[in-house]
Amino acid sequence: MQEPVIADTKTSNRELLDFVFAWPAWFFAVGGALNGLLVAAFVVVILMLMFGLQFLGYSHPVYWGFLIVNFVFWIGVSHAGIMVSAILRLTQAEWRRPVTRAAEVLTIFSLLTAVQFPLIHSGRPWRTMYWTFPYDWNRGAWPNPRSPLVWDPSAIFTYLTSTILFVYVALLPDLALARDRAPNPVSRAIYGVLAMGFRGTTRQWRIQTVAGLLLSAIILPIFVSVHSIVSWDFAVTSVPGWHNTIFAPYFVIGAVHSGVSAVVTVMIVMRYAFGLKRFITRDHIDSLARLLIVVATVWLFFFLLDFFFGLYGTEPAEVDTWQRRLVEPPWVVIAITFIICAYIIPVPMWMFRAIRRNFFWMFVTTILVNVGMWLERYMVVVPALERKSGLTFTYGDYAPSLSEFILVAASFALVILGFLTFSKLLPIMPAADIKEGQILADRIRVGRANVPAAMRE
Amino acid sequence: MQSQAKRELLALYEEPDQAADAVERLHSAGFDDNDIEILSSTPYPEGAFGEGHTKHRLFAFPFAGAACGMAVGIAWIVGAQVSLPIITGGKPIVAVPAIIQILYEGTLLGAVLFTVLGVLFESRLPDGVGLYDDRISEGYIGISVMARERRLPDAQIALEEASPIDLLSKEGSLMHAPGTT
Repeated sequence: MQEPVIADTKTSNRELLDFVFAWPAWFFAVGGALNGLLVAAFVVVILMLMFGLQFLGYSHPVYWGFLIVNFVFWIGVSHAGIMVSAILRLTQAEWRRPVTRAAEVLTIFSLLTAVQFPLIHSGRPWRTMYWTFPYDWNRGAWPNPRSPLVWDPSAIFTYLTSTILFVYVALLPDLALARDRAPNPVSRAIYGVLAMGFRGTTRQWRIQTVAGLLLSAIILPIFVSVHSIVSWDFAVTSVPGWHNTIFAPYFVIGAVHSGVSAVVTVMIVMRYAFGLKRFITRDHIDSLARLLIVVATVWLFFFLLDFFFGLYGTEPAEVDTWQRRLVEPPWVVIAITFIICAYIIPVPMWMFRAIRRNFFWMFVTTILVNVGMWLERYMVVVPALERKSGLTFTYGDYAPSLSEFILVAASFALVILGFLTFSKLLPIMPAADIKEGQILADRIRVGRANVPAAMRE
Repeated sequence: MQSQAKRELLALYEEPDQAADAVERLHSAGFDDNDIEILSSTPYPEGAFGEGHTKHRLFAFPFAGAACGMAVGIAWIVGAQVSLPIITGGKPIVAVPAIIQILYEGTLLGAVLFTVLGVLFESRLPDGVGLYDDRISEGYIGISVMARERRLPDAQIALEEASPIDLLSKEGSLMHAPGTT
């Protein structure tokens, strides 16, 4: 377990920076296709601004559809990134080294994508400014801090800022490496400015180590707060099915489940797309799969608690919502699909070592988890809104429109494009961290076994 | 009369043992840790080259930041509510359960911002003055020493005795320049 990566410094530098300084043809093809989707989404948003939210198919009483589902989904994916990175740093897990940067970058782009959706969904994105910030001094238009419309942006802003700074601090040594190895003077100058003269002095390395631990410790409570507050977007309303007191931890653990799965998916893609086979090994995927078994099971526990609390409360509106979710078509089909995708298929498969160490099956199962978790959010949001309204006696049916499908597809395009662009411009693996692992790696003899050992501070 | 201004020498070593040897020789020649910098592309364990413990105050920064963040959070959120009171059935204008989220985020954001500032301050960044060589990023270890003009030969001897692959000053390589030893 946890065999160290063995390569000399020059080979490591070359392989880790290969994609940064190369321009493969597929990068332009993939980038072009992703940009095409983004252009389509841009057109949809412009049309929505012109014709209003009904252009997306929203009408009373279901105003929260794909857009809010997608918001919750991407906030969820953004969670694991920093969680994986921070927890592994704090515990000084040796296998963290190739994983952390990709996980953090996934957090940044998922979060940036997530925030687009409430803005689009507001119908008038510019108005969100004075719902959130106390800027309109002349007219005295202040935000209402009792509303999640203020809590949510403050949490997401804190999380995004912290994550970007966390990544930047950890990037400093790699920016210095890119500066030293850049093939032309222009990129050398740009990396030089960004590296701020980092030379790798003993003091700078010491501060890097301490900063990694400190920032991890500070970011973990932020990460917990963000999805808790997202859950309160639902829980502070009067809609049945959104009231449960366990909503915050249920959302957080669901976020971790989908996020860690996304990290695994991304790492497997990176392994092949960026030629990082030496650095992303079966050991890493195996370790993450073990973590996923625990996370998925805790998530299932919270899902069942949410269900039982709803049922045992015997509040008619609540029971009605659960009946709609789990018994009535088409929701019953979605419910069965999401449970199968998020738990019943992947977790028993991950029990087998051969599956955990197989890139193809881990790719398939982690994609399935995210399909399931997207459907889970859909099932939380829409059926609760579709039920009979107490005052108007109106039932609402919701069917997603083509425009919404385009926006959802574009959100995936945005995250992938962001990740790809980052990987093109900056090292997606922490080169210094990986090389440190090689220095500290050693093998010790225990009885007749020769096992890897790692020295730590 | 020789100048008393300090000059920097940078020696590059292939192996950590050679670099540690150079540091030891510099210590023996009377240079202390304040005069010596060890440059590497990888974090080595503290003390690997015989250098002393790095003192820093990074741990203080998050606490200062958290206090400032909380103060700004209180000023912002309480100020906003007091400036435009929303009367809701006799409930307090500034209700702690409603603003605690903002204070929490403000506190943590302040802690992060100050920590990052602390990282730059304690790392002495931005830094554009010290000698550096690209080969350090290929795995060579650089030992830099700041010495007054009259002590420069002692520093050069100590560095050369540890078999560097190159020895640099601001003017260029001293090992390949004609007339140098």
